Amino acid sequence: MRAASSWLHRHTTARLLALLSLPVLWVVVAYLGALGAMLVAAFWTTNDFTGAVEHRLTLSNFRTLVEQPVYRRVALRSLGVAALVTAVDTLIALPMAYYMAKVASPRARRLLVVAILTPLWASYLVKAYAWRVMLANGGVVDWLLQPFGTHGPGFGLIATIITLSYLWLPFMVLPLFAGLERIPDALLEASADQGARAARTFRSIVLPLLFPALVAGSIFTFSLSLGDYITVKIVGGTSQLVSNVIYDNITTGGNLPFAAAAAFFPILVMVGYLVGVRRTGALEEL
Amino acid sequence: MIALAGAGLLVLSACAGGSGGSKSNNAAPSLPKIPMASSVGAGEGELDLVNWAGYAEDGTNDKTVDWVHPFEKETGCKVNSKIGNTSDEMVTLMKSGQYDGVSASGDATLRLVYGGLVAPVNTSLVPNYATIQDFLKNRSWNSVSNQMYGIPHGWGANLLMYNTKTVSPAPTSWSVVFDANSPYKGKVTAYDSPIYIADAALYLMRHQPDLKITNPYALDTKQLDAAVQLLKTQRTLVGEYWADYTKEVQGFESGNSVLGTTWQVIANLVTSDKKGPVAAIVPSEGVTGWSDTWMVAAHAKHPNCMYKWMNWITSPTVNAQVAEWFGEAPAQKLACDHTADKAFCTTYHAADKAYSDAIYYWTTPTTHCLDGRGNICTDYATWTQDWTAVKG
Repeated sequence: MRAASSWLHRHTTARLLALLSLPVLWVVVAYLGALGAMLVAAFWTTNDFTGAVEHRLTLSNFRTLVEQPVYRRVALRSLGVAALVTAVDTLIALPMAYYMAKVASPRARRLLVVAILTPLWASYLVKAYAWRVMLANGGVVDWLLQPFGTHGPGFGLIATIITLSYLWLPFMVLPLFAGLERIPDALLEASADQGARAARTFRSIVLPLLFPALVAGSIFTFSLSLGDYITVKIVGGTSQLVSNVIYDNITTGGNLPFAAAAAFFPILVMVGYLVGVRRTGALEEL
Repeated sequence: MIALAGAGLLVLSACAGGSGGSKSNNAAPSLPKIPMASSVGAGEGELDLVNWAGYAEDGTNDKTVDWVHPFEKETGCKVNSKIGNTSDEMVTLMKSGQYDGVSASGDATLRLVYGGLVAPVNTSLVPNYATIQDFLKNRSWNSVSNQMYGIPHGWGANLLMYNTKTVSPAPTSWSVVFDANSPYKGKVTAYDSPIYIADAALYLMRHQPDLKITNPYALDTKQLDAAVQLLKTQRTLVGEYWADYTKEVQGFESGNSVLGTTWQVIANLVTSDKKGPVAAIVPSEGVTGWSDTWMVAAHAKHPNCMYKWMNWITSPTVNAQVAEWFGEAPAQKLACDHTADKAFCTTYHAADKAYSDAIYYWTTPTTHCLDGRGNICTDYATWTQDWTAVKG
C-alpha cells in the first residue's frame, strides 16, 4: 500500500491518468460516442418496406430536409418559439430577480428562492398537463378572461409559449438573481448620487454587469425550448416543432437516419449560439 | 470544429454522388427464415406484450374487466403489457427485441414479417384457432403463402364520433370533418398517423370519382397529392390531433373536440366517464378499419407463455370479453355465445363476411400497387413524409 502510494507520488503523469481515466472514458465513450454514433446515422438510409436501417452513405436525408419547405417552416417556427420563450422569461425574471436581490429582506429572500425552486420538484408532465387543463375549453384561463369579454388562446403555439415560459422560468430567475447579488449596492447608490434616475442606472450600470448572467439564463431557456417536444404535444393543438419531427421519425416513421439528420438543426443552432455568445465575452465572466 | 464538420459533409457528398435519391428495387423483399415452434412446454413465468389499449386489461381501468389475472393464475406467466399507440410505434417497439408478442394490425404485420421480427405460428399448437372465423384465416395481412404468422384476434372500423349535444343535425357523412365550410372549425380531431391518409383517400373515392381511386392504400402520386391536399384543408378545421387514445378521451370530455375519427373503445370510455354524450357511427362513405393478429416475436424470451396467451385471448369467453370491452367483432366464432349483450355479434356483424369485406383494413402501402396497377404507387415512407407536410 505504502509502496504504491510512494510510487504514485513520484510518477505524476501516472497519478493524473489514474485519476482522470474513468471520467474521461465516460465523456468520450458514453457521451461523445453516443452523439457521434447518432450523427453518423444521419448519413444512412432505411429500407422502404421493412424500415430496417441500411448502412450505405447518402445525403438524401439532408436533401429532403433542405428541399421540402415544410421543414424550413418547422425550423423557423421552433426558433421563433425558443426566442419568444426566452424573451418572456427575461421580462418576468428581471423584476423578480431584482426584487429578490436588492429589495427583499434576507428572510424574505430565502423564502422567495425556495418558492422559485419548489416547482422544479414537481414532474414536468404534471405541470404541462396542469396547463392543458387550465387552457382547455372553459378552463381557468377562459374563466379569468371572461369578465373582460374575451377568452383564452386555446391550444396552439401561444399556449405552447406560455407553458414553456412557465416551465423554464426558474432557469432564468436563478442566474439573474446570482448576477444581481454580485453587483455591489454602492455602485447603484453612487449612480443615484450622480443624479441618475432608476432607468438610467439600470441601463448604464445594472444591464452591462448583468449581461453574462442574462446570457447564461438565455442559454438554458433557449436550448430547453428548442429541444422540447412534449409540451407542444400536450397544449400545442396541431402545431409541431423540430423536436416533434425528430421524435415522429423515430417512433412513427421508424426512420432513425432521418431523425438523426433533423437533429443536426438544433445542434448547429446551439453551437452557433454558443460561438456567438463567446464572441461577446460573456462566457469568460460567468 | 464547424469547419471540420463542413469538410466532412463535402467528402461524404462526394462519396454519395448521385446515388442518394435512387429508390431500392421494387421486387418483393425476400422472406427471412425464422424457425416455427414445434411444441409448447411449461410457461417461463413471464410474458412481455406490445398491445393496443384495451387488449390486456387487468382490472385497473374497470374492476369488472380483467382477463390478465385469471391467465396469470392458470399459466403462471406474469403479464407485462406495453401499450402501442400506433402501428408504427408497435413496429418500433418490436424492433427493440424486448417483447414476446404483439397485437399487430394489418399495416404493421407484413412489415414485421419481412423485417424478420416475428416467427411463423404453428396453428396446431393453438387449439382455439380451429374455431376462428374462416374469413379471417390465411388473409394477405396475416399470412404469407398460406403460412399463418399469427392468430386473428378481432376486427373493427374507424368510426366517426360526435358529441350529440353540440353536433346537430347528426352527421351521416365524413364531410363534416373534411369540408372547408364545416361548422365545427377548430373542434375537429383526427388520428395522428400517416395511415390516416387512407381515410382522406376513401372520402375522395366517393366524392371525386375522376381520380379513379379503387383502394385507399394504393395511391399513385396524383391520387396521394389529392388526399394530402384534402388533409391540408382539414388541418384548418382540426383543433388537435390524437395518437394517444387518452388524449382523445380528454379532448371530448373537456369539449375541445366535438367530432372526429375514433375507435369504439374511446366512445365507450367517454360514455363510462359520464362526461358528454357521444355517438360513434359508420358514415355513408364507408370506413377504414383494422384486423388484428397476435404474433410471436422471432426471438421471444418466453415463447411458451406467448403461445399460451394466444390460445387464452382467442378462447370463447375471453375473446368475447375483449371484444365487448374494446368494441370490435371477435375473431372467435364461439365467442358470440359468451357475450354479455346477446345481440353483440349481430351489432358488430361478427359473422358477416360481406360486411367485413366492405371495410378497408389498414394495410402497409407499397410501391407495388395493392390493386394490381403495377409499380406506380406511393410507399409508406412517402406517406410518412407527406403526413409531416400535412401538419405543416
